[in-house]
Amino acid sequence: MWTIIHKMGSPPWFFRFSGALVRWLLPLTIALLCVGAFWGLLIAPPDFRQGNSYRIIYIHVPAAVVALAGYYVMAFAGAVSLIWRIKMADVTMRAAAPVGAALTAIALFTGAIWGKPTWGAWWVWDARITSMLLLFFLYLGVVALFEAYENKTAAARACAVLSLIGTVNIPIIYKSVDWWYSLHQPASIKFMGESAIDSSMLYPLLLMIAAFYCLFVVAVLLNMRAEVLWRHRESGWIQQLVERA
Amino acid sequence: MHPARKQRLMLVSLVVVLSSAAIGLVAFALRDNINLFYPPADVVAGKAPIDRSIRLGGMVVEGSIERSDTDLDTTFWVTDYEASVAVRYSGILPDLFAEGEGVVVEGMLDKGGALNATQVLAKHDENYMPPEVAAALEGKSGPVQTPQSL
Repeated sequence: MWTIIHKMGSPPWFFRFSGALVRWLLPLTIALLCVGAFWGLLIAPPDFRQGNSYRIIYIHVPAAVVALAGYYVMAFAGAVSLIWRIKMADVTMRAAAPVGAALTAIALFTGAIWGKPTWGAWWVWDARITSMLLLFFLYLGVVALFEAYENKTAAARACAVLSLIGTVNIPIIYKSVDWWYSLHQPASIKFMGESAIDSSMLYPLLLMIAAFYCLFVVAVLLNMRAEVLWRHRESGWIQQLVERA
Repeated sequence: MHPARKQRLMLVSLVVVLSSAAIGLVAFALRDNINLFYPPADVVAGKAPIDRSIRLGGMVVEGSIERSDTDLDTTFWVTDYEASVAVRYSGILPDLFAEGEGVVVEGMLDKGGALNATQVLAKHDENYMPPEVAAALEGKSGPVQTPQSL
């Protein structure tokens, strides 16, 4: 266990390991996305009230779910960076932020598109939507704060504190529809008991969620590889890689 | 664990716990403002302000929608199964607006306790199912109508 953690902290080892991982995870992600999108958009039945417009769920929900989960990845990397002072944790935190921001933006954008015909408004300041907007700004805040520092160790420390404080927003987003009166509907997928979404629509949705998780991992790994290459551009092992290529 | 790391771990945990507690207290103090709408029971009990625009949320009472023959005026009742409030609205209603479905309306209360709405939003619930399943649940027979919107 400890040897793996020590290896993860070593840039050359990470670079080789992540390269091998991306090589099979990327095709898997593309396959999952294609099958999930085809199943969800063409095979799954229309909804009894919304007709076909509900199909945006196959983009909206996976993006939102992974945006929330991705925040914990970023905050956990921040905590590791603060406590153990591991450079690779800084890289992980910085790499996860723009991916999370993109996913949050997708969730907000698709939600607005769905909200206009369904609710009758593009945007409503209800608890779920507002807290999701806050998540978007938190992600962007981490990116901006990191870039504002010349000294990347100090930048990582400031970003780690910001992302740790921001974790309080995640349970608020998740429970906002239950705690307050909101326009956004409560969760359809339930961990306990029967889901409020028919299984013929649920299975492609779960597939799309799995696909978005893989997409997140691939995007973060690629971001991290770019950052590792940049940080170690002067070091011997990169020179060797370049010569071999 | 190294003592310095242990101390930093404690510090990190403290930051998370304290900031969560602080934001939790703020959210608790502002809970009335975070709610998007008033339920009809609160409006009937006089908890909603009458001199400014409010939002009212609930279910449209079955059989309560009355549409004008000459213009877009619509009246209906909104209920939370404890109390009901009458709503007057003039304009285009969203696709999902229907009797027995959720709705959030914005507008001012008049002296008689009715709401003059400036905006009507349909509130969708968390249930998703194919039309065949919905028809089966309602115990209907015969051909299934697929919604044609969008």
